[in-house]
Formats: sequence, structure tokens, C-alpha cells
Amino acid sequence: MVGILKLAFKLLVNDKAKFSALIVGITFAVFLMMFITSMFFGVLNHASSTVINIGASIWVMDPAVQTVSNSVGMPNYVLDAVRSMQGVKYAVPLYSSGALVKLPDGSYQTVTVVGLDDISLFGRPALVSGKIEDIYAENGFLVVDDAEIAKLEYPKLGSEFELNDHRVVVVGLAKVSTSGLYGTPTLYTTYTRAVQYLPNPRFTISYVLVEPKSQADVQRIKQEVTSLGYLALTKEEFMKRTADFFVYQTGGGTNMLIMTLVSFIVGLSISGQTFYTFILENLERFGALKAIGTKNRELVGMILFQVGFTAFIGYGLGVGICTVLMWLARLRLPSYAAMETYANLVIAFVMVLIITAISSYAGVRRVLKIEPFDIFRG
Amino acid sequence: MGSVAIRGNDLNKWFGEGEAKTMALREVNLQAEFGEMVYIVGPSGSGKTTLLSVLSGILRPNSGSVSVEGVDIWGLSNDELADFRLNKIGFVFQDFHLFPRLNTAENVAIPLILRKRDWNASIAEAIKYLEIVGLEGRADLFPMKLSGGEQQRVAIARAMVGQPDILIMDEPTASLDGDTGHAILKFVHGSILNEKRCIVVVTHDSRIYEFASRILKMEDGRLAGTERSAV
Repeated sequence: MVGILKLAFKLLVNDKAKFSALIVGITFAVFLMMFITSMFFGVLNHASSTVINIGASIWVMDPAVQTVSNSVGMPNYVLDAVRSMQGVKYAVPLYSSGALVKLPDGSYQTVTVVGLDDISLFGRPALVSGKIEDIYAENGFLVVDDAEIAKLEYPKLGSEFELNDHRVVVVGLAKVSTSGLYGTPTLYTTYTRAVQYLPNPRFTISYVLVEPKSQADVQRIKQEVTSLGYLALTKEEFMKRTADFFVYQTGGGTNMLIMTLVSFIVGLSISGQTFYTFILENLERFGALKAIGTKNRELVGMILFQVGFTAFIGYGLGVGICTVLMWLARLRLPSYAAMETYANLVIAFVMVLIITAISSYAGVRRVLKIEPFDIFRG
Repeated sequence: MGSVAIRGNDLNKWFGEGEAKTMALREVNLQAEFGEMVYIVGPSGSGKTTLLSVLSGILRPNSGSVSVEGVDIWGLSNDELADFRLNKIGFVFQDFHLFPRLNTAENVAIPLILRKRDWNASIAEAIKYLEIVGLEGRADLFPMKLSGGEQQRVAIARAMVGQPDILIMDEPTASLDGDTGHAILKFVHGSILNEKRCIVVVTHDSRIYEFASRILKMEDGRLAGTERSAV
């Protein structure tokens, strides 16, 4: 079979024009597909950055909350009630809100302020400079050292700005695993200071972060929170809720679906048509092979090998080009919200499989239908 | 004469049904022996190509039987039939049907590759056969670079490389000028035909009749008689 596959390989690659067209078709389709899904997954990931960075197991919130960045304040009794529930190991408040800071040059910059539980500092980021206990110092704030820090004019330890007429002193620079979606710098401080410094509605707890005693307690906690009139979601559920909002409520999902469909159609039209033409042009030769003594399954094997080989190369090139372009984009835009995940690699691969299956199906049908007698008849 | 290579008994073949039914073969009986170069001649539509296809295991007759070296080939399964064609028969097609994207050596090596022989050994064997048909030094050329006569020689080398007992040639001179066609058949008669091989040629080119051992004439699907026997 190796010799027959080598024969199929030579028939394919020696037809340079068609081979190139096939590769270009699949590469382009994979690239488009990867690019669109990477952007989308990147956006979804960044949209859930607070959930990922804080890392709590269960998030208690107002049922109206659709994304982590749009919280609805809850009264303090919710925190007390959750703490008293059976199966809760501990529960802490979290404050999260947008705000404006006045920079030393007088300009204003939108920021996200996260207020951590004063006692435990649960969800604190890893520091790259400074000491965590300095967050308790007067006006102490941590600044996340990500791509957005430039918007705060690269503050150092001791740098100051104003937040709602309050002095802010940078006491630490921190790293988080995922930056936010909206391109705003993030400041961390204690819950109490956040509530003091920022203008707030009547209720100030954005979320109650819960750690259950065991996994078995999660369901019970969720039920009890529901009976209070609030909503408890696991980390994964909250990320999915946020993702669902972007997929179904913003049109982002529809756009991604349309672009994916377009890339699929482009890939299928170029690759399918080129491969079918390739088969048609070689139909008589396949018939001659049949007459000489090639079995149908060997011919099918040859065609599948040709399609599979092209798909493999096209897939690799498409993913490679997408990766390189995203890398180049990140050099220019460090917070570039595109992310290659196993999911979009698999989606693109499945799409390539479908394209190649359809392309080869048409070719295989034609080759199986040709009678060696037709070769004699001319 | 040698032993019987091909025997066809009471062969009938028709296409279509009802009013559209066309009889291509009618009660054809023939036999070809090793050491013979049998020509099947006749006007277009007389059933020559159909007979050739039935004899070589490509087209199943509606009735009758074909035995090759004593084996009833139409009793074989499809896979067995494919193996039979691959191992016992060499085909030279009217339009050569060479692969334009394979060089001449690779084209010639196809039957060996299909027999799952090692690629390099197959190419080496193919080059030997290219030398036999007078195309030494042409192994790396692609068919487009060869003349019609040279392409026909490549096709003959491909048919011969597996050392088949039976060589089937369909209109071997149809795509060639008179001199080249004559030279090709002279070469086949002189170098390919031997007492262990049977060659069946379908043609209506009277300029190559001189190489035939026997010439069987077909008319309306019937063998109308032997026009000439023994060269």
C-alpha cells in the first residue's frame, strides 16, 4: 500500500497548480476560521477576567447580573446569610466597579476598582513588586501591571493619582492571568476603602465569594441562595453566563457563526471544486488503473490519502499563519483579545474534515462509477 | 502452435433492453494460443472492443464463458478478477493513458507498484523495460516531452513490465503515423511475442496485418471468419 500511496502523492504534488490551489483553499478557510474563533474566544475569556483572576468557587449575585462587569449591589445581610449556610467554609464580600482616576498631568482615565475582603484579601493578585500588607496603608492601592498600565503613565511604587477626590498611592504592582475586555487598567484595594472612596448606591456588595466545605455542598448552597432571592453560580457557570451574554445578546455569536460559515463555504468551494476538477482530469487514468488491476478500495485509499494530505498541510499552514499574525498583532497591541484554544483548533479541524469529506465524496463517487470498459471505448 | 491461452465459448453481450437493446456479441467462439499474435479486425461497431473487454476480464458477458489458461475468469470475484488482470494481462490502450504527472519510469512501474513491489525496485525494473523498448535515457522525462511513438513504447513497456502471459492491444496504431505504427508492431512481433505469450490486437489498420498470426474478422457482433492464418 505504501507504493500506491506514493503514487497518489506524486499524482497530487506533481500537478503543482492544482495542488497549490487546494492548499490555498484549505489554508485560507482554516485561517479565517481560526482567526474569527480566536477573536471570539479571546473576547469571551477577557470578558470573564475578573472571575478567572479572583478564582472563587461560588459567586453569589443578584439574579439580574448578566456579566461579571455589570454587578448589582446586594445588602449586607446576604453576606451574613450565606456565611450561616450549612456547607459554607467561608464567604467574603467583593466590590467591583468602574471609576475615573485623575492622573498627575490632569487627564482622566477610566479604571476598574476591585475591593477585596479586608481580612482575608481573598482573590488578591500575585505581586511583582511591593508588599501585600501595604494595601492596608493609607490610600494603598495595587495596580495590575498588564498592557493597560500605560494608560496610567506606568506608575511605580509610591506613584499617586486621585480617585473621586481621594488620594491613591500605588503600594504594589501585580500580575493577573487575564486582562479585562474593555481595555481599562485595574486597581485593587480593600473592600472598605473601595466603598469609602467611590460614590455608591445603597447596597455595596457586588458579589459574595463562597468556598464550600466540599463539592457535595455546592448544590445545597445554590438552593439556599436561590431561596433568599439571589443567584449562586460556580466559577464555570458564571463564565458561561458571561459568555452566553456575548454570544446571544450582543450579536457576537451570530457574527462568529456567519464568518465561520463564510470561511467554510470559501474553503469548500475552492478545495472541493479544485479537487473535483483534479479527479475529473484524471478520471480516464483512474479508469486505466482499474483496467490494469487496481481494486476499488485501493483507488478510494489513493483519493482519501490525497485529500487527507492536502487537508493536513492546509490545516497546519492555516493555524500557523493565524498564530504568527496574532503574535505580530500582540507586539503592537499587547492586550489584543485573540486566543487560540483547543476548542477552536478542534472546530477548525472538524471543519477541514467536513470540507475534505465532501470534496473526496464527489471524487470517490466518480472514480467508483467509471468502468474500465469506458477506457477501451475511448 | 502452443497450448490454449484464451478460450471464449458462446459469448453473447448486449447493451440496453427492449427496443433499445443492441447486440454487441452474438454466439462468439474463439481461442487464442500461446505464441500467437491474433488480430481482431472489422468495421466500427462490429464488436471488436467489446470482445476484447470480455476476453480480458473487463466487461462481463451476458452469457457464455471465458477461460484463460484453464481458469473461468467470469467465475472469479471482483477482487480476484482485478488480481487476474494485474498478474496475467498487459494492456496497451488506444490513447496510451499515461499519467502526465508521472515520469516515464514511474508510468512503466505502475503494475509492479500495484503488485506491492518495493518502489525503488519497481523503478529499476521499469528502466530495464524502457531500454528494451528503445527508450534508454528517457526514464526521467514526462510523457508530454515524448513523441506519439515514444509514448506508445512507454505504454508497451508498462504492459510488459509485469511479464504478463497475455498482451491486449487496443488500436495500437490509431494515434500514430503509418511508419511509427508499423515500427511499433514490428517491434512487438519481433521482441515481445514468444512461445509463452499470446498477443491479441484489435485494429482496423491494414498496414500492420503482416505481423498477425491469425486475423479474425468481426461483423455485427459475430466472428465472420478467419481472414488469414499464420505469418
